[in-house]
Amino acid sequence: MFGKGVFRGCIRSIVNPGFCTEHIRKIQTQRIMAQDKPYALVSVSETGGQGFIPEAVDILKQHFQIITQQEFLQNSSLSSKIQIMFLWDTRPKIGPSLLSSLPALKLIASGGVGIDHVDVPHLNSLGLSVSNTPYVVSNATADMAMGLLLASARRIVEGHLFSIDPTGVPHTLMGVEVSCSTIGIIGMGHIGFKLLKESSEDEQAVGATYCKNMEELLKQADFVVLAVNLTPQTTGLIGHKELSMMKPTATLVNISRGRVVDQDALVEALQKRTIQAAALDVTYPEPLPRDHPLLHLPNIIITPHTGTDTLATTLKMVQTMVDSALAAVKGQQIPNEVKLL
Amino acid sequence: MLKRVVMGLHCMFGKGVLRSCIRSIVNPGFCTEHNRKIQTQRGMAQDKPYALISEVGGQGFIPEAVDIIKQHFQIITHQEFLQNSSLSSKIQIMFQWAGRPETEPLLLSSLPALKLVANGGVGIDHLDVPHLNSLGLSVSNTPYVVSNATADMAMGLLLASARRIVEGHLFSIDPTGVPHTLMGVEVSCSTIGIIGMGHIGFKIAQRAKGFDMKNLYHNRNRRSSEDEQAVGATYCKNMEELLKQADFVVLAVNLTPQTTGLIGHKELSMMKPTATLVNISRGLVVDQDALVQALQKRTIRAAALDVTYPERLPRDHPLLHLPNIIITPHTGTDTVATAVKMVQTMVDSALAAVKGQQIPNEVKPL
Repeated sequence: MFGKGVFRGCIRSIVNPGFCTEHIRKIQTQRIMAQDKPYALVSVSETGGQGFIPEAVDILKQHFQIITQQEFLQNSSLSSKIQIMFLWDTRPKIGPSLLSSLPALKLIASGGVGIDHVDVPHLNSLGLSVSNTPYVVSNATADMAMGLLLASARRIVEGHLFSIDPTGVPHTLMGVEVSCSTIGIIGMGHIGFKLLKESSEDEQAVGATYCKNMEELLKQADFVVLAVNLTPQTTGLIGHKELSMMKPTATLVNISRGRVVDQDALVEALQKRTIQAAALDVTYPEPLPRDHPLLHLPNIIITPHTGTDTLATTLKMVQTMVDSALAAVKGQQIPNEVKLL
Repeated sequence: MLKRVVMGLHCMFGKGVLRSCIRSIVNPGFCTEHNRKIQTQRGMAQDKPYALISEVGGQGFIPEAVDIIKQHFQIITHQEFLQNSSLSSKIQIMFQWAGRPETEPLLLSSLPALKLVANGGVGIDHLDVPHLNSLGLSVSNTPYVVSNATADMAMGLLLASARRIVEGHLFSIDPTGVPHTLMGVEVSCSTIGIIGMGHIGFKIAQRAKGFDMKNLYHNRNRRSSEDEQAVGATYCKNMEELLKQADFVVLAVNLTPQTTGLIGHKELSMMKPTATLVNISRGLVVDQDALVQALQKRTIRAAALDVTYPERLPRDHPLLHLPNIIITPHTGTDTVATAVKMVQTMVDSALAAVKGQQIPNEVKPL
């Protein structure tokens, strides 16, 4: 049944009874792993920078034979087997040559809810489906927005740097009050709604007031938080005009996409103190060029798009992607399939 | 009509006013304004009680706060006081901010008219209240008005630590930054253990509830079931219960002999290795050496402190060189809005002291 390796192992079982069963199980698992599981292409994290973390790879491996981009480039015989592409941090990069070498590809499962980096209509036209991971990202992203808001308002980054600085000269670190202030949430989807809940218990914005006109919101808010997805309509949503409508004591928080904000206009607004400060988890591009003026302003906090970077959320995202992929392989309706209107 | 006004005013406000009221036939608006000016000047120079402060700006009072105090008091800075000893017998109030001016014996003995030391902030562990009382001095603090800002700071530190915001920012702006993992820990739906469920602790619990966090608390006394239900808090009679379950342990106690060194080796080893310690109380509530060791050995994941002992830490202190710590320089109440409320509270206490009335927010030793 199991070939030479097991037979040899079974002879040993006269001497060591436990050995045989365990060994058989191992061979069995390896054979199944090698033969029955569908193949998926991934970009795996090496230095912890981009790609799937080990815990995520373990989940993928329960159901899929994982082929890394490296392995794929070295072994073209795999190309006809790959049915799924698991996309993380915009990798693997989806180009025409890659797609044309994956004739069995059914689904591109993207980690995260934003899919502005994926040309969904084009992929659909090639007979490919696209899925994302909404809802499971909302808690962590809303937490990040509140964390950035509080860190900016209470000058936590500056405070820490002063505390550890060997030469720090005492200076004022007066911040702005968060409790009882007004938060303006632009984009009231799942993430925006979670943000509303978090900020409401904080005694801000008791209940929510709808501002049909964005100008109303911008003029009143102490904290403007962007929680929209990136579309042609939201590109450059916040520019010179919108920034000048904001209070000079107001803070802009962006957890959407860099391009929702006109970055040049933001630089100017921060330099001139048209607004008080900004806190961004997203920029365009990511990362910014090292000489970009945004990096050298005193009144900014920038995090490197870590809005969903907790182990718990990452695992939920990966599980969601696996569910979509398994349905695609079985030819069933794909949960969280992205259909653009 | 005028005669009645002149007589009435004469009785109340003196010669200057009478003279200006005659002018009012010609310029009706002038009288009232001029009266107000004279009144203010007289008040400023003579009627306002004297108060000692450390300094304006720097580590003392911000300009907005000074303006509030000046409405009711003649302000003498510590510097001015040292240069002009004739003021010593006039000073009735000391407004203390960030522990300055310090209530040391030499200063107190040169302030014979002093009635009240009004502290900015709720913590008064730096003041020997029984001793000051024995000298005939009252002490007041500013509870309640500091609670929002302090609770906000606790949540800010908790989130900044959990989501590695300081590290993330430093990586983003670093010209040479090599990509590396910045995986944080989940805040929403995690468990928070609040040690010290007073006014500030309760506000922390309210905020935690908004993040769907499970609230555990430990306190000298159990709170009412109404309070517990309002924030979904579970009482841990035994601090060990709390330490073993919490993903985030937040210290919101005041510093007393009972809470000094409350968190030491034993308590840190009871915490989860994935847990974070947040301290917005006082540095001495934590055994700092034990904390350094726990952070180095990863007995706990991380710490975020708004308070240390001393403040500031010596520049070579090991706490400053750990990768898994955030330290802010005791800025828990540092917003203009809160500073202004604190100062207003201090002024209210001081005015009552000057008038010999019952002093709001007077601190009485137990």
